[in-house]
Amino acid sequence: MVQLALPKNSRVGKGRHYPAPAGAKRVKTFRIYRYDPEGSENPRWDTYDVDVGACGPMLLDVLIHIKNTVDPTLTFRRSCREGVCGSCAMNIGGRNTLACTHGWEDTPGREIQVSPLPSQPVVKDLVPDLTLFYAQYASIEPWLHTETPQPQTEWKQSIEDRAKLDGLYECILCACCSTSCPSYWWNGEKYLGPATLLHAYRWLIDSRDEAAGERLDALEDPFKLYRCHTIMNCAQVCPKGLNPAKAIAEIKKLMVERVV
Amino acid sequence: MTGAPAGFRTPLSRARGLGAAKHGVGHFIADRVSGLALIPLSIWAAYAGLKLAAGGYVLAVEWLARPLNAVLLSLFVVAGFTHLRLAMQVVIEDYVEGFVSKSSLLILNYLVCVLGAALGVFAILKVALPGVL
Ligand code: SF4
Ligand code: SF4
Ligand code: FES
Repeated sequence: MVQLALPKNSRVGKGRHYPAPAGAKRVKTFRIYRYDPEGSENPRWDTYDVDVGACGPMLLDVLIHIKNTVDPTLTFRRSCREGVCGSCAMNIGGRNTLACTHGWEDTPGREIQVSPLPSQPVVKDLVPDLTLFYAQYASIEPWLHTETPQPQTEWKQSIEDRAKLDGLYECILCACCSTSCPSYWWNGEKYLGPATLLHAYRWLIDSRDEAAGERLDALEDPFKLYRCHTIMNCAQVCPKGLNPAKAIAEIKKLMVERVV
Repeated sequence: MTGAPAGFRTPLSRARGLGAAKHGVGHFIADRVSGLALIPLSIWAAYAGLKLAAGGYVLAVEWLARPLNAVLLSLFVVAGFTHLRLAMQVVIEDYVEGFVSKSSLLILNYLVCVLGAALGVFAILKVALPGVL
């Protein structure tokens, strides 16, 4: 049966508490998931009382502040700090999103809980292992497939056909959607998940691509595609405001179109 | 790093798995069509149920002996069990792990639903065609 409780060595225990510095004016508490792969201990919740008056507005600012001034061992991924690289995706206050574009003031409650993206193995602290997620993306061959000899100049596309890629090409592969999807939690090895399927659709409707049939063949599977039950978590959490559920519904429509 | 069971298989090999089964659209269409058919059929069945509950046994037998009622009720039973089988199949595939337990439950689901539909239709025909069955 599907695992409803965490395995014994993944249960999260109580961790350390880091009080706010003396003289802090505005204090907020952050409860952060910690896991050290080198030790033999279970993961733990560390709580940090942070002087948010000294931080920038985003949750990533708080994490950087903690790392710089309180606890240099805190580990997380980030690069662009403006919502285009997708590396700082994590679960903030129970919701997957990007730490760099999510204001800590927007999470209600006295204490904000921060943990890695759900359902993936944890490398360390807030860093999930997304190896399979990226491999699933690679498995749909996300590039132009053509047999017609390369034109002298570019492959041409009308303005209308180019517009069909809007709402799809903006995906930054942050994995917020896939790791919020219950179907992906239960069958992540076999179900491709919303992010990969959104990209699959992006190539299916690209007017320049010549492999729609093969692409549909590779998706027609009770698990790879049809595990999506339109739960819509994906569309709710996407930090770029995209709608993977809709793209998946469109793929299902194409599947029907080719048999009727 | 990605979990012990994968061993030395590459991530792409894990992601591709055994490839696409090349079916699924049939299940999808059957699910939608039986679901759609069940909308008017259930409304009709609920209405009929209320009407029959108000009358007695004799009235119910007479009602079911009418061809239209017998046919519609048989369709309701068949569409209902078809839809149930498809939906239960999805639940089993979602939540049950392991080839043996999963396939056993899928077979059981199939047999129970086919049996249910067969018994239902037989019971209707038995009342509707008293001299024949
Ligand atoms: S669809 Fe949205 S949530 Fe999903 S990977 Fe792309 S950007 Fe992230
Ligand atoms: S709509 Fe589909 S992909 Fe999105 S969360 Fe639901 S099941 Fe997952
Ligand atoms: S740091 Fe690049 S998306 Fe957050």
